[in-house]
Amino acid sequence: MSRNGPIALAYHTLFVAFMLAPILVVCWVAFTPEGFLSFPTDRWSLRWFEAIGRYPEFISAFWRSLWLGAISSAIAVAISVPAALAIARYRFPGREAMTALFMSPLMIPHLVLGIAFLRFFTQIGLGGTFAGLVLSHIVVVLPFALRLTLASAVGLDRSIEHAAVSLGASEGVVLRRITLPLVLPGLVSGWALAFINSFDELTMTVFIAAPGTETLPVRMFLYIQDNIDPLVTSVSACVIAVTVVALVILDRAFGLERMLVGRSASHGR
Amino acid sequence: MKAAPYLLCLPALVLFAGVVIVPLGMTVLLSFHDWGQYKGIEPVFILKNWQEVLGDSYFHEMFARTFRIAFFVTLLAAVFGAPEAYILNRMRSPWRGIFLLVILGPLLISVVARTLGWALLFGGNSGLVNKALMGMGLISAPLPFMFTETGIVIALAHVLMPYMVLAVWASLQRLDPQIENAAVALGAGPFTVLRRIVLPQVMPGILSGAVIVFALAASAFATPAIIGGRRLKVASTLAFDEFLNTLNWPLGAAVAMLLLAALVAIIWGTNRLVERRYAQVFA
Repeated sequence: MSRNGPIALAYHTLFVAFMLAPILVVCWVAFTPEGFLSFPTDRWSLRWFEAIGRYPEFISAFWRSLWLGAISSAIAVAISVPAALAIARYRFPGREAMTALFMSPLMIPHLVLGIAFLRFFTQIGLGGTFAGLVLSHIVVVLPFALRLTLASAVGLDRSIEHAAVSLGASEGVVLRRITLPLVLPGLVSGWALAFINSFDELTMTVFIAAPGTETLPVRMFLYIQDNIDPLVTSVSACVIAVTVVALVILDRAFGLERMLVGRSASHGR
Repeated sequence: MKAAPYLLCLPALVLFAGVVIVPLGMTVLLSFHDWGQYKGIEPVFILKNWQEVLGDSYFHEMFARTFRIAFFVTLLAAVFGAPEAYILNRMRSPWRGIFLLVILGPLLISVVARTLGWALLFGGNSGLVNKALMGMGLISAPLPFMFTETGIVIALAHVLMPYMVLAVWASLQRLDPQIENAAVALGAGPFTVLRRIVLPQVMPGILSGAVIVFALAASAFATPAIIGGRRLKVASTLAFDEFLNTLNWPLGAAVAMLLLAALVAIIWGTNRLVERRYAQVFA
């Protein structure tokens, strides 16, 4: 394959600068020693990171987002595994329709889901509750969990299971000792991708979160709506740092490309 | 065991029937309900909200703005994202993976944080973008980016760019490099190879990326809300206002449902077009 020429590399440099600029700027401003938004050059300070500690609503929103992401992703994976096994192994009437239904939260705008959940939860008495948040987040992250568990269930070598059965293993033992360990990588990466998506979700959550149940993105958004000051840049810098660490770990462990494209490009088609 | 697959899918089915289909149905109904400042939501069946949304010039202007922004975001993403995916695909092994991570990674970084970055870059006369443009002598006076459609388009193009790169990247993986080599061996210049060999083959990827970017841009919330401010409304921020400030839920539901219907029509139409036009590529 031919190499990139100098023009291509110059374009590439500009493109990467464009992609990184807003992210780096947030982290840069977060270190300002001033009481207002400015780009620190010679003096740097951590005062705005210390200031986060004086705003308990950010701290509690952070823990709420963490729990919400962990719980809803775990439940989404637990629901996805049997569904993925069914879709991967059986040809049954309604299979295509069901797959499309379970993937539909990717297609429906989160704005529409947010409105639908707000109406629904208010009617059934779950309005503004953490339980409502969990239910809604399970739905929006399920496609990510399903896609990755499905990919590993499809790639599973059935002959290993047949060997176990012929050696006298019962159905439960096969499931526990053979099938689940084999789909585990898909399960873990599905959980991780679901978690990140839940942790960052704003458009839907902003409709259904009440003052006591605001997630971190919702808290940040409402704060920015009122005024933009260095505090929100230091909070954002922390969120970016956490996400970047998670990203690098995930990329090392599973390959980001495989998680996002949904199939392994290195294994061909 | 005929029932086995259905039993395995049962938890997901119950969840989606109860927590997706029912709420969506309720929202469709909600858009036909009546609402008054003092009486609240009245569960009757009237067309008032739909007539207002379809007939009022305020809503026409707002929907036109929403789709205009989505169109330009899609255009920017396609024009700049597709070449980048091609360059990325031609890179050597360690760099390829590193830059793929750098370009796709922002997809997973909080939209609020990324938009905040653009607000800082645009902000006021001291905004870095204006300083840089004036420093290069491209403009003499600062351009307004905050609270303008231009600002929303640039920030949204950044937020959604990874989807386009991802879609084109995926279609490039299917491309047989031998065809390019064959064209070169037959005397085609690099530009001809790009135009006659690569572009036609990645076109389905660009189109499917465009559909994703358009749909997400038309329904984006955080970026237009932060960059556009309270005055420059798009469909999603208007629906948000109706639901959480004005409390006219039926009208907000009608706005959201119309947006959904328009998006479904556009996506379906484009998919039909792509399938017919590129049947031989998929076959």
